Amino acid sequence: MADDAPVDETDDARETEHEETETPQPEQLHGAAVTRPRGETVLHPSREQYLDLVRTLVDEGYLQCVDLTAADYLGHPGRADLPEGTEPERFEIVVGLINHFERQRVRIRVQVPADDPTIDSLFELHPGTEALEREVSDMFGITFDGHPDPSRILMPETWEGHPLRRDYDQGRIPVQFKGAPAQR
Amino acid sequence: MTTTEPTPDTSETAPDPAADQVEARVASRARAISRMWDQGAYLRMSEAEARAFEDAGGSGEDTMILNMGPQHPSTHGVLRLMVELQGETVLRTKPVIGYLHTGMEKTGEDLTYLQGPTNTTRMDYASPLFNELVFSLATEKLLGIEVPERATWIRMLMCELNRVSSHLLFMATNGMDLGAVSMMLYGWREREEVLRFFEKVTGLRMNHNYIRPGGVAADLPDGWRDDVLRLLDMIPPRLDEYDVLLTGQPIWRNRLQGVGVITSDEALALGTTGPLLRSTGYAWDLRRDEPYLAYDQVDFDVIVGTYGDCFDRYAIRLHEIRESLRIVAQILEAMPTGDYRVQDKKVTPPPRARIDESMEALIHHFKIFTEGFKVPEGEVYAAVESPRGELGCYIVSDGSAQPMRMHIRGPSFVNLQTLPHLMQGGLIADAVANISSVDPILGEVDR
Repeated sequence: MADDAPVDETDDARETEHEETETPQPEQLHGAAVTRPRGETVLHPSREQYLDLVRTLVDEGYLQCVDLTAADYLGHPGRADLPEGTEPERFEIVVGLINHFERQRVRIRVQVPADDPTIDSLFELHPGTEALEREVSDMFGITFDGHPDPSRILMPETWEGHPLRRDYDQGRIPVQFKGAPAQR
Repeated sequence: MTTTEPTPDTSETAPDPAADQVEARVASRARAISRMWDQGAYLRMSEAEARAFEDAGGSGEDTMILNMGPQHPSTHGVLRLMVELQGETVLRTKPVIGYLHTGMEKTGEDLTYLQGPTNTTRMDYASPLFNELVFSLATEKLLGIEVPERATWIRMLMCELNRVSSHLLFMATNGMDLGAVSMMLYGWREREEVLRFFEKVTGLRMNHNYIRPGGVAADLPDGWRDDVLRLLDMIPPRLDEYDVLLTGQPIWRNRLQGVGVITSDEALALGTTGPLLRSTGYAWDLRRDEPYLAYDQVDFDVIVGTYGDCFDRYAIRLHEIRESLRIVAQILEAMPTGDYRVQDKKVTPPPRARIDESMEALIHHFKIFTEGFKVPEGEVYAAVESPRGELGCYIVSDGSAQPMRMHIRGPSFVNLQTLPHLMQGGLIADAVANISSVDPILGEVDR
């Protein structure tokens, strides 16, 4: 936990952030870089920071995890919207949290590499992510450490492959025409 | 917005008590989570494990695992529940889903932004307009366009009427599930009146593809005001009839009161939104708390319950119909004139008549319908309050005409996780009441 990120740096970043221009120093919150695209607040922790960050946010009042999903950036590796210091990876876990007290939302984007698609489960902090994490592991093949029931949820238990990956073969069913033979 | 009752936690007092409140809520939520852990309402077993468990004689205390569904009239589609029973008492439950999974999120990656609503509208088929709305809002956020005022108000009108039709469907199915079969017919009857209006406006009773990025597909037809007034006259007295038929009736109350109780802390921890969360007394409604469209300009109340039981969830939905009709009445007064879609040639197809006169219009028409329009790179999340809770849409754009990732956060999918907790300790006969009060739409659960 880099909880003691310099406070004045955060303030500086906020001031220069006003015009939504590129700031030389990325804004930080609990050690994670912050971007604000289109008025939304997005945090970019590393995989190691992720669980601690969510735990800190729960204590701050972000009591509800509304959404957890993933995106596969295969074929679209370079992303302009990542802050400096965050290396783009193939997969990204996207988590939406709400603070009902201040009526605020944050979104967390965590980079997950293709050669080691694992990440900590949020189940202990937000039991409501159970189905959402099962869906992500079903659809993207990302493993959640500490998940109580890592089985498939939407696809059959015997299914192979992960349909929402970009390189998943969609396949075709050939149309067979069995009409009457052409008249001569 | 003149709702006077505050959210239980958002008091605008000095910062210190507020911080205490946060702390207290965090602590009670943590206690609720550990309590849920201890109770273990969730049956986490695969089919093979369940069979082995059964063969080994269950947990040794005369239990059995029973399958409900997937084809069961009260599972609202194709939901299957694996229920562990001791006698008639439910111990643990596992919802088994996926029977309606058709990969709509994957399909969404191959459709242009203009075609997107045709896909999303089929997810929650009881409230299709909300799905179109949330997809359109997310796309518009990415595009950075603002839709004309009239389009916004038309969207609000249609969505509130859709909330009415969706809740009427709940009234019908909830009645049927509990044996009030005449209620089923009444609910369908009133819903049909609303759908008739939709058919007049959009051409279809369901799956409208009416709300699109940039506005709505067509302006309201002539005479729409009279049609809406007729609905406003017709539905409230019928709701009063429901009150006579159900609300005060002792059998109805006995079936619902104290059944399927959930607390605010449990609901928050499980990610629950919508009537299910509000039934616990927690006032959270995106229309009021994060106003989108023009909800900050209309007057309505957020209905909350007290006990978090099935009866509260029934009563909340009944009252929400009345509140929605109240909003609709205000929309009738305030409906502005003007365009019904944005006049941006790159997003909106030109009117049919222009195509005959203008080469430019023909080119735009052709480009939009063959290639679609390009959307700036980035990712965005938009959320609306659907009849079932927070409906969210997350879109990642790589700058092309199709989304790179389109994810719908379905409220039914998340709310379904409360089911084991609602059912635990209850009777198997109440299981049907619990499923019904969650009001899941399986098309949205499985997508």
